[in-house]
Amino acid sequence: MAVEQVKLPSSPLTRTRSGEELLIRKPQTFWGMAIGSLRRDKLTLIALGFVVLIGLLSLFAGVICGVLGVDPNSTNPRDAFAQPYVWAYIRWLLGIDLTTAPELLYKSGGVPHWLGTDQLGRDQLARLLYGGRISLSIALVAAAIAMLLGVVVGAAAGYFGGVVDDVFMWLINTVTSIPDIYLLIIVNAIFRPSPMILTLYLGLLGWFGTARFMRGNVLKVKSLDYTTSAKASGATDRRIITQHIIPNCLPVIIVITAIDVGALILTESILSFLGVGVQPPTPSWGNMLYRANDFLFLRDPATGQLAALHLLFWPGILTTLTVLSFYLMGDGLRDALDPMLRNKR
Amino acid sequence: MVRYIVRRLLQAIPTLLGVSIISFLLISAAPGDPVSLRTAGNAKMTPKAKETMRRQLGLDQPLPVQYLSWFAGVTVRPGDAVAEFSSDKVRCAFVTVIGYTVCDTGGGVIRGDLGTSIDTKQPVWERLVERMQATLELGVISLLVSLLIGVPLGVLSAVYRGGFFDNVVRVMAVIFRSVPIYWMALLLLLFFSVWLGWLPSGGRQTVTLTGETTLWDRVQHLILPVMVLSFGPIAFFSRIMRTETLEVTHTDYIRTAKAKGLASNQVWFTHALRNALIPLMTVLGPALVGVLGGAVVTETIFAWPGMGRLTINAVFQQDYPLVLGAGMFFAVLTIIGYLLSDIFYALVDPRVRLE
Repeated sequence: MAVEQVKLPSSPLTRTRSGEELLIRKPQTFWGMAIGSLRRDKLTLIALGFVVLIGLLSLFAGVICGVLGVDPNSTNPRDAFAQPYVWAYIRWLLGIDLTTAPELLYKSGGVPHWLGTDQLGRDQLARLLYGGRISLSIALVAAAIAMLLGVVVGAAAGYFGGVVDDVFMWLINTVTSIPDIYLLIIVNAIFRPSPMILTLYLGLLGWFGTARFMRGNVLKVKSLDYTTSAKASGATDRRIITQHIIPNCLPVIIVITAIDVGALILTESILSFLGVGVQPPTPSWGNMLYRANDFLFLRDPATGQLAALHLLFWPGILTTLTVLSFYLMGDGLRDALDPMLRNKR
Repeated sequence: MVRYIVRRLLQAIPTLLGVSIISFLLISAAPGDPVSLRTAGNAKMTPKAKETMRRQLGLDQPLPVQYLSWFAGVTVRPGDAVAEFSSDKVRCAFVTVIGYTVCDTGGGVIRGDLGTSIDTKQPVWERLVERMQATLELGVISLLVSLLIGVPLGVLSAVYRGGFFDNVVRVMAVIFRSVPIYWMALLLLLFFSVWLGWLPSGGRQTVTLTGETTLWDRVQHLILPVMVLSFGPIAFFSRIMRTETLEVTHTDYIRTAKAKGLASNQVWFTHALRNALIPLMTVLGPALVGVLGGAVVTETIFAWPGMGRLTINAVFQQDYPLVLGAGMFFAVLTIIGYLLSDIFYALVDPRVRLE
């Protein structure tokens, strides 16, 4: 009995060449899959959108302020502690309250202060935008410095082991045993840095966690078969590190860096809040709150309302949301980039 | 076990040495010359007298020698200089073999001499110890509160994994982590003491002429700072406990417990919880660091008379010996914290000792 030849139904994704079925769908790459997984992750997308929005707003702070006719540093003592114009304007539009909005405009000399003014009559919206520029750029640059140092030191320590590892781990253990906020306060108190030098300090004192993590990851990757096989086929250390170790640690590096940016925004704002970070009149979200703290209990003599609530609210909520976005992005990226974790959640 | 503890203690020594080197370098970099600081306002000090004092303090020596004197209270000088440097406080001897005079100044960080506060002229050590109790009170209570809240939250969200409760806890944890601690403090202050008027806005107790206070008064003053300091650790503990509990549920002994028909409560709380708690020991050290770091901000806002506020005030008065003394003190506290959490970990988990 002749064996009946079974003809497989040809799917649209395969085509036949010399009798074999071949896959014509493009092979999925690691990064393609990660992006696909990110696209489905709404929360991460929202966080990313918020970061981009804040980034664009602070990047174009000059243009926006020019259009609105405000300036972050021009003072107007007669118009100190003005309440946000935006609420009054909405009420005016809705016809609920027709007197407050024109009154605010009259006091400010015709310039609407959408988010109110501070104790010197400076426009809060403008200061928030310029402050965001400072806070974000400090955090981003410091995170980049920390990432570079952390990756290089961590990779070297993990890969070479021995004395190199011992020395670096000793350094890391030593510095991390001083609570970092104290170390930064001490360094800043002694050297009173400009924002640029502050960024440098934050970066130079911020790579220990990354290095430790990187070292652990390198130790893991080093013991995997493909590294052993690369070594067996005579690859140089440099080649193994740049071709095998670092690409395989990249997901971890990206995730840590995203989270690091959030943490650095917090650190900068705490330092500025304590008065040892960015020095006025340069605005940063932290030092705006440091000022607002002085007027926490201040009441408007006419109405008895707390006069500085808007100064307390906006810088804080912006810091929180920005940091939150970076953390959420970090978590989202972790899920997208780590196939091992994807099913575990 | 003893061997493990001894090994761990020995490992702490290089770290301590490293901390002291960093502190010393920072002290040397701090603006202000120690001699001018000590003699400020003293009209009798001629430049020549200053030069002598500088020599006596060992400031003319190279940095490593200065470090030795600062750290161990031992100064070394070439040649026979016993007569020049000996006094009722300083004992010197000439060591003929190496040709150096070795002096014991009776001070040095290793003997607890962290220098003198510029502000009050008191020893730094004394000023820190004065304030230590307040900081430890705040820190320990916050740590306990956050353990009592964070651990059950984490375990429950692992038990109800993927459910409503789990999602609420996880969202809360990430928000708690992102809010600047000082902003939270200001909002709570505004809400509870300005708006509701329920709680005092700062200090450790109500100020009275006799300094008397009731326990209730002390508790009222503690509530807000403890709340603020606990947010971060609660988020931290709940996250870790959730991961650890989930990790444990995949193990064989949990499957066995389920298979032999134990009640679900018993599986979770006797078998899973106990084992999930073990890794918590390792994070107690880092958590302590976090709380001590947070104490700086919290104490500043709530006028809590602790070491954190002392440090910040010292920063603004440019009292560098005090600032650095505080830094070193916190570093030592942290190292002790890590040490204790490692030792506890080894006590409850025998596998650690073998590594």
